[in-house]
Amino acid sequence: MNREELKAVLVELLTGVAPDVDPAALLPGVDFRDQFDFDSMDTLNFAIAMHQSLGVNVPETDYAKLASLDKCVAYLELRQG
Amino acid sequence: MRSEFRLPALGADMEHAVLVEWRVRPGDRVARGDVVAAVETDKGVIDLECFETGEVCELVASPGTRVDVGGVLALLEVEASAGPIAAARAPAPSSRPVEPSAIASATAAPPRAAAGRVRVSPAARARAHDLGIALEGIAGTGAGGAIELADVEAAAPPAAAATAPAESPAAPRDPVAAMRAAIASAMARSKREIPHYYLTLAMNLDPALAWLERHNASVEPAGRLLYPALVLKAVALAASEVPGFNGHFREGRFEPAAAVHVGVAIALRGGGLIAPAILDAAGKPLDVLMSEFRDLVSRARTARLRSSELTSPTITVTSLGDVGVEAVLPVIHPPQVAMVGAGSVLQRPWVADGAIVARPVMTLALAADHRVSDGRSGAQFLDRIRQKLGAPEAL
Repeated sequence: MNREELKAVLVELLTGVAPDVDPAALLPGVDFRDQFDFDSMDTLNFAIAMHQSLGVNVPETDYAKLASLDKCVAYLELRQG
Repeated sequence: MRSEFRLPALGADMEHAVLVEWRVRPGDRVARGDVVAAVETDKGVIDLECFETGEVCELVASPGTRVDVGGVLALLEVEASAGPIAAARAPAPSSRPVEPSAIASATAAPPRAAAGRVRVSPAARARAHDLGIALEGIAGTGAGGAIELADVEAAAPPAAAATAPAESPAAPRDPVAAMRAAIASAMARSKREIPHYYLTLAMNLDPALAWLERHNASVEPAGRLLYPALVLKAVALAASEVPGFNGHFREGRFEPAAAVHVGVAIALRGGGLIAPAILDAAGKPLDVLMSEFRDLVSRARTARLRSSELTSPTITVTSLGDVGVEAVLPVIHPPQVAMVGAGSVLQRPWVADGAIVARPVMTLALAADHRVSDGRSGAQFLDRIRQKLGAPEAL
């Protein structure tokens, strides 16, 4: 999966977790918390969605690395090696 | 036995709703708890559940129409044994629509006492006294024009009428403004009626968080818990053990609830909040409670809640843990009698064995109804929550 495909998947997971979020308005460099009022419940749901669809089990201690779209991509690329 | 399925009040402040769709047809069998219709309220679209078991005879209201609380939606043929339960659950019929402007003017400038003597039922008099409503401003619908409890209840949320924007059917409704008005109404009623007292308690959350961290590291994301779930369970258990905080204050007296249905205050991204309940939270294992909590938050944010979740809370919990505030002193949701606020978990100096150490500290706050409980039992209640959170493996 290249970077653009990965981004597209992540945006889809994100809107699945928070259907009230407008993907067109998403700013990749800004933390979800700051632009969408993301809370710990959203983060957990996002981690669950990533586990289910990408097979990546993100430990709780790495949640901070999922704070924005750009950070998610960087983290997953690192995990994929 | 023929029974009327009426629109329940899905919150202290609700006056009417618009029927969106029927999920049943005449002739269908329905059981208590089945979703039979969807209605649009100030809190979004709510799935309406049936109170009784029986057969649908006639759909009285058609989709798109506005129905007042207590208005008949459908006629059911029910088994006779279901009657008393239904009667207890179904809202009191409101025999006449509430005219908001009439209530507003009645409370803003109470008219002079009527010339003749007004007949008032004792329950109505007590309720009017509780609400601070002048009886002279209420039109009686009982025998000989007597004012009955339902008349007082119909006049009960004057703040709602006074603060809610005047509504014309043609005007498009702004959902955020509607929710704001609903919150304004419920909270104004709370502060008008409920003599709140507040207690706070700071606790060391280290044992609970350490247990949580171990648990979460050992399971996949779907099995992980958030600490607010521990708080919900601890509050539910404490509420089932310490009397005076779980239930409703209605018609001048406290009605304790048998089960603990914990309302969870959920902030909505568009603004506003809603507090649906996790049913029987004290009796559920933590993992079940957590998955229901997750489900409730996501449905609250997409506005697909069930009517029982909105009508059933017996106590409510709010957590502002993600925002960084030290403590939250809540406003009780009437007719409940208590609400627990959990502040953020913050690293703070803590004294352990005579030494000052850094610990994750959370401040719990209790707002309770002084008509029902006193500070002493409130303190015991808060302390019981602290004990439960201090032994997370037993939750």
